[in-house]
Amino acid sequence: MTTDTHTRMSDEQLEKFGEEMDAIRQRVIADLGEADATYIRGIVKKQRQLEVAGRALMYLPPAWPLAVASLSVSKILDNMEIGHNVMHGQYDWMGDPGLNSRMYEWDNVCPSSQWKYSHNYIHHTFTNVLGKDRDIGYGILRMDEDQKWHPYYLGNPVYAFLLMVFFEWGVAMHDLEVENLVAGKRSISENKALHAGIMKKVKTQALKDYLLFPALTGPLFPLTLAGNATANLVRNVWAFNIIFCGHFPAGVATFSEEECEDESRGHWYYRQLLGSANISGSKLLHLMSGNLSHQIEHHLFPDIPARRYPEIAEEVREICERYGIAYNTGPLHRQLGSVAKKICKMALPTRRSKATDPGTVVDHKLAA
Amino acid sequence: MTPLAQRVLSSKLLGALTAPHGVDRYLEQINPMWAATEVRARVVEVVRETSGEHPVATVRLQPTTTWRGHRAGQYVQVGVEVPGARRTTRCFSISSAESGPGEEFTITVRAHAEGLVSKFLVHDAEPGLTVHLSQAEGAFTLSESPATPTNNRLLYVTGGSGITPAMSHLRTLLRDGYDGRANRKVTFVHYARSPEDQIFAEELQRIAWADNDVSVHLRYGDDVFTEAALRRLVPDFRQTDTWACGPAPMMDLVREAYGDSPRLRTEFFKLSTRPAGTETAEGEVTFAREGSTAANTGESLLEQAEARGLTPEFGCRMGICFSCVSRKTEGTVRNVLTGEESSLPDEEVRICVSAPVGDCVVDL
Ligand code: FES
Repeated sequence: MTTDTHTRMSDEQLEKFGEEMDAIRQRVIADLGEADATYIRGIVKKQRQLEVAGRALMYLPPAWPLAVASLSVSKILDNMEIGHNVMHGQYDWMGDPGLNSRMYEWDNVCPSSQWKYSHNYIHHTFTNVLGKDRDIGYGILRMDEDQKWHPYYLGNPVYAFLLMVFFEWGVAMHDLEVENLVAGKRSISENKALHAGIMKKVKTQALKDYLLFPALTGPLFPLTLAGNATANLVRNVWAFNIIFCGHFPAGVATFSEEECEDESRGHWYYRQLLGSANISGSKLLHLMSGNLSHQIEHHLFPDIPARRYPEIAEEVREICERYGIAYNTGPLHRQLGSVAKKICKMALPTRRSKATDPGTVVDHKLAA
Repeated sequence: MTPLAQRVLSSKLLGALTAPHGVDRYLEQINPMWAATEVRARVVEVVRETSGEHPVATVRLQPTTTWRGHRAGQYVQVGVEVPGARRTTRCFSISSAESGPGEEFTITVRAHAEGLVSKFLVHDAEPGLTVHLSQAEGAFTLSESPATPTNNRLLYVTGGSGITPAMSHLRTLLRDGYDGRANRKVTFVHYARSPEDQIFAEELQRIAWADNDVSVHLRYGDDVFTEAALRRLVPDFRQTDTWACGPAPMMDLVREAYGDSPRLRTEFFKLSTRPAGTETAEGEVTFAREGSTAANTGESLLEQAEARGLTPEFGCRMGICFSCVSRKTEGTVRNVLTGEESSLPDEEVRICVSAPVGDCVVDL
């Protein structure tokens, strides 16, 4: 767990640190090529095969669990290692329309265009800046003690559970900023166009998973429907857990708007680093999480192909050690436990004073 | 693929079942030659036409059944994955006679020193290679002018690689039974640098010798286009339906010769002229959609666009969110974060972190 070691970086140190990060970026970008293209095409092929296998196995009732497993893995790959990363522009350099950030649409009820705005722009630019990064609690949860407590938050664990189950829907609704509507900070008319986009996407997704494919299996309709719904649920639960481990385990820092005003490039990197957490584990875990198990590297270099994060991680760790910056990582069960604890703790008003609380580190204004 | 299979593949139902990716994203995993809407082709043969400094080759392509065919004089966009896995797309004139849906056709390509795609096609393409295609495009087609509805004489004036679309016309006419008896004399004038640089030399020779009322005139070296020479060949050239295609200097002379005659149809061949990379702000930046050109200030394209009152979309302004991606159609840009320069035409760039180096055209 971090203490406030990070407040000790001077401006010069920050600048040097930023340069080291830029150097990593440059090196990897210059090296992109055939191997990266082959890799992502291989993953797309796997994903398509698993999807077709999953749909086909629905015709064999005894193989139902296998069908669901296959379809679930396919949806997870589609959303994470392919969708999330392609929509970050990681493969735009290939010039392949099928892997282009502007054209890719994922198997999820949230339309890609809206997700790119709230995720690529808002979340990745204002990472962990309270009041700006709407991924802190998704407008539903209290995930930081600097969010003012309200009796509503007593339901924090319940909301978190519901968000997990209905994650793709939560992500789609995210952009409507319902909490700002309720608070009167946003007008309904601002949501009109967004709403139309979401409805269109919801219809395509629902038609396919809840009507057409089940109907094609004839008398097995209910079973196929249940199978498809389960696959969507499995994807939701998995994605929610991976994503919550990326920013909410103990020791992750949040920032105030003032301290990020006119921030230097070095400070930007530094904020991304302190605001993210990794999950350690096997190659399979990294693949199934779309390499978001390397959330730190992803936030430092969001447009570098995710398969490069493991190799980058070693360098980033070494740099962190040299500068005395905490590098938040741990196995899945530990990060999950830590997130769960925080969700429960934030349901209650914060009693202790900030300075002695090891749960969340709030970055202090850097000595300028 | 049979027409029935094609109908099934492009059906609404299959579209809904494969949403959001679409049928082609599944078919390509099995066989690159299966497609519901996209067009791809397999290279069947590569024939060397000329050698020398800028060799020319004719590439025969077997397209997918989605190819809708082409009319003589049209071009097609060809995308290839050059080593490094970056797909690059360029336009090439179709050199073969008109094709029907799904039928083979050829493109004839000259390897330019800076032409990534043309060099790849001429030197490295081998039978079996898959390329990406657009449908045929372009209006340089065999149509008569409204003023003279039928049985006209036809005149072709071409230079260098500009012969390619005209060759498609000529081949189409001859294939479809053109024999001169309809009293539609065809005059074909071509300017090449040297006899060694002459594309389709043998075929043109054969056509010239055959009894078909096509007269072929080949000119080399210093024997360049002049109005007087054309007048000697075709005294009433301004009243003759003419198709002209060639390098810019020649085309200027041709246009001058025809004045405002509506009988002239032209196709323009653009050779990329890019200045070598320099760090200083030089040249002019053009925002094509808005139609404004001004001196390059050296700032990012986003800033230069805003300074001119444009409001391109943006988000982070630091190169991470991709909200600002726009198409750079010409010129070189430098990524201000990495210093990397790129000069591919028709390339998508993040305008918030791209500064123009020299002349630059952006689709904004
Ligand atoms: S504005 Fe975000 S990448 Fe350009």
